[in-house]
Amino acid sequence: MMRFILPVMLALAALPARAAIEIKEVVSPGGITAWLVEDHAIPFTALEIRFRGGASVEAAQKRGATNLMTALLEEGAGEMDARAFARARDGLAASFRYSVSDDALSVSAQFLTENRDAAIDLLRQSLIAPRFDAEAIERVRGQVLSGLRSDEKNPQSIASRRFAALVYGDHPYGSSLDGTIDTVSALTRDDLVAAHAGALARDRIHVSAVGDITADQLGALLDSLLGDLPATGAALPGLADPVFPGGVEVVDFATPQSVVLFGQPGIGQEDPDFFAAFILDHILGGGGFESRLMTEVREKRGLTYGIYTYLADRELAQVWGGSVASANDRVAEAVEVIRAEWQRMQQDGVSQDDLDNAKTYLTGAYPLRFDGNGTIANIIVGMQMRGLPIDYAATRNDQVNAVTLEDVNRVARTLLDPARLSFVVVGQPEGLTESSN
Amino acid sequence: MLRLSAVVFSLALVLSHAMARPALADDQVTSFTLPNGMDVVVVEDHRAPVVMHMVWYRAGSADEPAGASGIAHFLEHLMFKRTEKMETGEFSRTVARNGGRDNAFTSYDYTAYFQRVAADRLGLMMQMEADRMVNLRLDDSEIATEREVIIEERNQRVENSPAALFREQKDAVQYLNHRYGVPIIGWRHEMVALDRDDALAFYERYYAPNNAILIVAGDVTPDEVRALAEQHYGPIPANPDLPERLRPSEPPQTAERRLIYRDARVAQPYVSRSYLAPERDSGAQETAAALTVLAEVLGSGTTSVMAEALQFDTQVATFTGAFYGGTSLDRTTFDVVVVPSEGVSLEEAEAAMDRVLADFLNTGVDAEQLDRIKMQVRAAQIYARDDVESIANQYGRALTQGLTVADVQAWPDVLQAVTADDVLAAARMVLDRRQAVTGWLMAEEVTQ
Repeated sequence: MMRFILPVMLALAALPARAAIEIKEVVSPGGITAWLVEDHAIPFTALEIRFRGGASVEAAQKRGATNLMTALLEEGAGEMDARAFARARDGLAASFRYSVSDDALSVSAQFLTENRDAAIDLLRQSLIAPRFDAEAIERVRGQVLSGLRSDEKNPQSIASRRFAALVYGDHPYGSSLDGTIDTVSALTRDDLVAAHAGALARDRIHVSAVGDITADQLGALLDSLLGDLPATGAALPGLADPVFPGGVEVVDFATPQSVVLFGQPGIGQEDPDFFAAFILDHILGGGGFESRLMTEVREKRGLTYGIYTYLADRELAQVWGGSVASANDRVAEAVEVIRAEWQRMQQDGVSQDDLDNAKTYLTGAYPLRFDGNGTIANIIVGMQMRGLPIDYAATRNDQVNAVTLEDVNRVARTLLDPARLSFVVVGQPEGLTESSN
Repeated sequence: MLRLSAVVFSLALVLSHAMARPALADDQVTSFTLPNGMDVVVVEDHRAPVVMHMVWYRAGSADEPAGASGIAHFLEHLMFKRTEKMETGEFSRTVARNGGRDNAFTSYDYTAYFQRVAADRLGLMMQMEADRMVNLRLDDSEIATEREVIIEERNQRVENSPAALFREQKDAVQYLNHRYGVPIIGWRHEMVALDRDDALAFYERYYAPNNAILIVAGDVTPDEVRALAEQHYGPIPANPDLPERLRPSEPPQTAERRLIYRDARVAQPYVSRSYLAPERDSGAQETAAALTVLAEVLGSGTTSVMAEALQFDTQVATFTGAFYGGTSLDRTTFDVVVVPSEGVSLEEAEAAMDRVLADFLNTGVDAEQLDRIKMQVRAAQIYARDDVESIANQYGRALTQGLTVADVQAWPDVLQAVTADDVLAAARMVLDRRQAVTGWLMAEEVTQ
C-alpha cells in the first residue's frame, strides 16, 4: 500500500549535467546509428531499439495487427517454434521485451557478456524471421481478445478509449492499438506479415546500448542484428488535430468510484515555450505531493487518493492531460476544484517562490535519474526519439533555469484554456451533469 | 506470449515476485547495529551521485489490534503531517526542494519510508526521519481529511476492482486465525472509525529505533552512514516496552475450502487456488528455496509445466501462473491460477489444472528446465547489481520478516543447491487440496 502511486508518465528530459556518463555516437559499418554509454562495471548490456511509427502505421480496419504481431515476435522464429525459442532464451538468461505504442515499436533486451553473440543471434531471428505459426497466432489472439473483453468492463480502460475517441476522432490516436474484438478476430496471417514489414524497417530505427560493450563490438552487433531488415516500412500518418470541446462527458458504468480523465491542448518540446509550460505543469499537477491540484483536491479536501497532470508530447499531437478518481458522490466536487484551479492558474499565474521551488526540484532531480544501465539506455533512446541533440544533457538544466516568471505567467495566460478543458467521467457520478461548450 | 492481463497480474503483485532477485556481492553490503538497537544496512553503488534512504519498521497490518484494521497504513499517511519540528507537508516539501522524491508503503509485516536524493543530502533526510520517528503531533481535523483519502484509496484499489474484492475474500477464507486474512488497507467499516487514539497507540508501541532498520543504498560509504546515523538516530532512546512479535498462528488446515465471488464487472472469469505453505526461516531456507523453484517450474512463462500442458499441448487456458511469496514472517501461500480459454468452464479449467498438478507429482522435474532456472538464478545476481534500490528493498523485506543479512546473502547459494528431488518433495508437501482454498471469480449469473 503506497502512500500514492505515480502513474506511468512521459519521461520528459534527460541527462545529468554532472553524472559521469558520456554518450558516444556509434555508426555501424552498415550505416546504422546508435548511442552508447560504455560501462564495464557489470558484465551485461542493456540494449534499447525503437521503430518509429509503431501501431499508427496500420489501417483502421486492421486495428490491432501491429499489437498482435509484436506479441508474436517471441512466439517462434527461424527453425524454432514458440517453446524452442523460449527455452533458448531462458537458457541464456537473456531478457527480451517487445512492446508497441502509437509512436513506436520497442524492443528492450538485456544479455550477459558471456553469451552475447548467442543472445543477439536469437534476438535477431525474432526480429528478422518471426514465424507467425497458426498455433501461436490463435493462442495469442485468445489472450488479446481476453484483454479486450476485460477492458470493456474496466473503468480506466473505458475512460481511456472514450477520451482518445473524443480528442483524436478518426486519427490512429483516436482508437486503442489493441484493436476491437471485431478487428482482432478478423486478422489473418497475411495481415501480421504485412504489419511486420510495415513496422520493422531500417528507415525508422533508434538504438541505444549501455553497459559492458565497446563501440566496435556494438557496431558489428548492429549490422548483424538489424542489417537484414527491409530498408523502408509503411508510411507514417499525418499529424492529429486534437479537438477539445470543453465540458463533461459521462459514461455510465456501475462502479463505486468514478474515473476521470481531462485535458486541453498541449505543447511540444520544439516550442520555445516548452520549458515554461513544463514548469507550469509541475506546479499545477505534475509535481506529485507538492502540486496545487494534489494540495487542493487531496490534502485539503480528501477527495481522492491521487491527482496528476502531464504534458504528453507525442509524435503527432500534443495534449495537456490529467487524471483523478473520486467516489461517485464526491467526484462532482473534484471536477469543480480542478476547473477552479485551472482558472486560477490561468488568471493569476504562479509566484516567484513557486517558480524557484519548481526549478530547484527539476534541476536537482535531473542527474539522479541516471542510476543504472537499463534506466540510462531507456532515457537516451527516448532522447533520440524526441530529436534531441546528443549533448542535450549539458544544456537541459540551463534551459530550465532560463525560464523567467514572466515566461511562465505568459504561458499560463496564453496556453491554459479553461473553456476547452474537457472531462470524461466513467462511473455513476452524482450531481455531475453532462455539458459541452 | 503476452504477459498476464492486468486482472490476473494483480494477483501476483500482492504475492510478490515468484523469484526473489538474489543479493549483491557480499562485499558491497555492510551491516551494523547502533547502541539503541537500530539495525543499519549499507548497500554501496558509486555509479551515480544518488542515495536511497529508507527506514523500515517491524510493524505492519498483521500487528494491528483487532478492530482497528488499516491503522498501520493510516498511520503511514499521517506520518507526513505535523511533528514537533515540522509543519504538515514540510517533510515532502523539503525533500522536493532538494531535488528528491519521497514516499512510504505498508504491508502485512512492515511499514517503510524512503527518500531518494542527491548523496550529499543524506544527513538532512536522517534528521527529518529521526524527528518523525518520535515527534509526531496529530491534529483531529487533519485526521478526518486524511481518512477520506484512505477511503478513496480503498475505492481505487479494491472497490473498483472485482479481482481485488475477490482476493480480499479469498485471503479471509485462507487465514482462519492469522491477521494475514485481514486486508492491509483495512475493512471499510473499521477504516471509517479509525481515529487519533488508534494511530497514536500504534505509533507509540512500534515506532522506535529498536524496532527499525535503516537502509542506505547508493553513493555512500559505511563510515559516512555510521557517523550520520549516530548523530541523528543515535540519541533516540530504545522503547523498553516494545512487545515481542507474537501473533496467533494458523491451525492445521484439514478441510478444503472453496468460494465463488460474482461481480457484474467480471469479463474474464478465472480460478485461483492458494495452498498454505511454509515461509523462509532464518538459517533454514531450503524448503522455501525448493518452493521458489517449484513456482518457476510450474507456472512461470512459456516453458513452465502449466503453460505447456494447458496453453500448448491443449488450449484449455489463456493464461496460467504459479506464485510463491516466500519472504513472510508467518505462514504464507503457494498460489496457482488458470484463466480459461473462451468456451472452457471454470469447472473444466480447474479439473485440467488438477490433472496437470497430479501428473507433475508423478513425472517430476525436467532436468533441462531445472538447468535453465539455475542459469537464470545465477544471471539474476549479475542483473541485480544494476538496481541497488531493489537490493535495498530486498534487505528491508527480509529483515522485517524474520531473516538476517546472512540469510539474504546465503539465498542465491541455497537456490542453486535445490535439486529435482527437493522440488518434488516440496510439491508433494504443499499441493494438497485439504490445505487449499480454491476460488472462482465469475460474472453475475444472467437472468433472462
